[in-house]
Amino acid sequence: MDGKYVKYRLGKSYGFQSLVYLLAFACIVPLLAILFYIIRAGITKINWHFLVNIPKPVGESGGGIANALVGSIIIILVAAVIAVPIGILAGVYLSEHRKGRLAYWCRLSTDILQGVPSIVIGIVAYFWLVRPWDIGFIHHRGGFSALSGSVALAIMMLPIIVRSTEETLKLLPDSLREAALALGMPFHRVMFKVIIPVGISGILSGIMLSVARITGETAPLLFTAFGNPYLSVNIGKPMQSLPLLIFNYATSPYQDWLNLAWGASLILLVWVLFLNIFTKVITRKWKVQF
Amino acid sequence: MESTILKSRNFNASFGTNHVVKNVNIDIPRNHIIAVMGPSGCGKTTYLRCINRMHELIPGATSNGEMKLNDEDVYQMHPIFVRLKIGMVFQRPNPFPNLSIYDNVIAGYKLNGIKLPKGERDGIVERSLTKVALWKEVKDSLNKKGSFLSGGQQQRLCIARTVAMEPEMILFDEPTSALDPISTSTVEELFHELKANYTLVIVTHNMQQAARVSDKTAFFYMGELVEYDETKIMFTNPKDNRTQNYITGRFS
Repeated sequence: MDGKYVKYRLGKSYGFQSLVYLLAFACIVPLLAILFYIIRAGITKINWHFLVNIPKPVGESGGGIANALVGSIIIILVAAVIAVPIGILAGVYLSEHRKGRLAYWCRLSTDILQGVPSIVIGIVAYFWLVRPWDIGFIHHRGGFSALSGSVALAIMMLPIIVRSTEETLKLLPDSLREAALALGMPFHRVMFKVIIPVGISGILSGIMLSVARITGETAPLLFTAFGNPYLSVNIGKPMQSLPLLIFNYATSPYQDWLNLAWGASLILLVWVLFLNIFTKVITRKWKVQF
Repeated sequence: MESTILKSRNFNASFGTNHVVKNVNIDIPRNHIIAVMGPSGCGKTTYLRCINRMHELIPGATSNGEMKLNDEDVYQMHPIFVRLKIGMVFQRPNPFPNLSIYDNVIAGYKLNGIKLPKGERDGIVERSLTKVALWKEVKDSLNKKGSFLSGGQQQRLCIARTVAMEPEMILFDEPTSALDPISTSTVEELFHELKANYTLVIVTHNMQQAARVSDKTAFFYMGELVEYDETKIMFTNPKDNRTQNYITGRFS
């Protein structure tokens, strides 16, 4: 074969390689751009005063996002309290019963749930919990509440936790379960004392990622948690949260409120970044070696 | 007359429509070592797993016939009690990777939620590890994870875990097939020590091992128990042609 043809092929190969590098780099650019923009706009707005105060009324300068920060934490915690036990147990069920009708439907529903637009989930939570209803012996008064927002977010968390738990536990060797069963352990103890502790890093990372996923969700909170200009810790009442604050204030014409929105965006971003990095660390640290 | 600890009559086991253990009749005497040998796929492991009811955990697995432990029907008892009385050691060492060596030995109590005073626990751990000749090797590292040990040590740890429960029988499912020759001989020596207190049933596809360690040998072929007799007789003067052919290596 003559040298010219080899050179042509090498050239093509280099060309393709450079293209791959370039496209890989292109994946990093959006994140860097977002980070750069948000940090530049938000970093100057954040200080102690910003974190511990609630927004001031229009016309007064200053104010902070304490109500949204506290609200977000409460709403997410309540959502996690609802979704984590259900998600882990459903995941355990799916990993234990790979075949069977219920497992099939459960798997299908979690898959579909994962693709349901968040605003639709918000509407469902609105119809269930915010609108008053009456079925004779139960009278539901309804009204916007943090709890209804948490329920909407819990529904969003559920598929992520279920599937990550299932996938983690499926990877554990059968010999582990047999070892426990051969010692005369009942099923629930095998699960809670052996299978879940050994798979804990995968389960936790699923929980963390689901929290990171819902932290920025705005749509399901619009007509559930609703928002609140004051600091509230009552989950039966409307509550502010970071994404709601950003949504409301970023579209306002007042500079002070815009500043709050930028600052809150940065906080939200740092939170999500932190959760992602933290997840990576715990999956590595807590991974059980066989 | 020696007492019989386990008795099977017309015992059958299947996976779905695949009939893998056919009409097995066997009497296992107390404090003996029984080797179960046979070519791959002959049903020996399946039979072993039927004894402590691990077989039924596999979806589609069924069994019928009589299986009596001390004249009590194993299939009338709750599987949890069966497995407390009949321990099992697996082909590959499977210590709990999240537990320390100490906790692995005591796992049967700890994970079952049986509370014991610390002194008693320490006693059980030391006794069990001594019985499996592991105490000297690990007594300074009891808090390390069980998965740090070598394969042979892990297998002995698994035996210690089973012994700690004080079962009546211990089932071994090809316990040395994943071990090196030195670890294998350590484990084989162990069998003789354990015989004093327990009845051992050892599935093996290694004929030499069956000849070395067992008092009685059962030969399974195509799901049937072909022959079951004193090991000496099995290896010198078997009655069935198929046994003869197997031990002389005409098929494997």
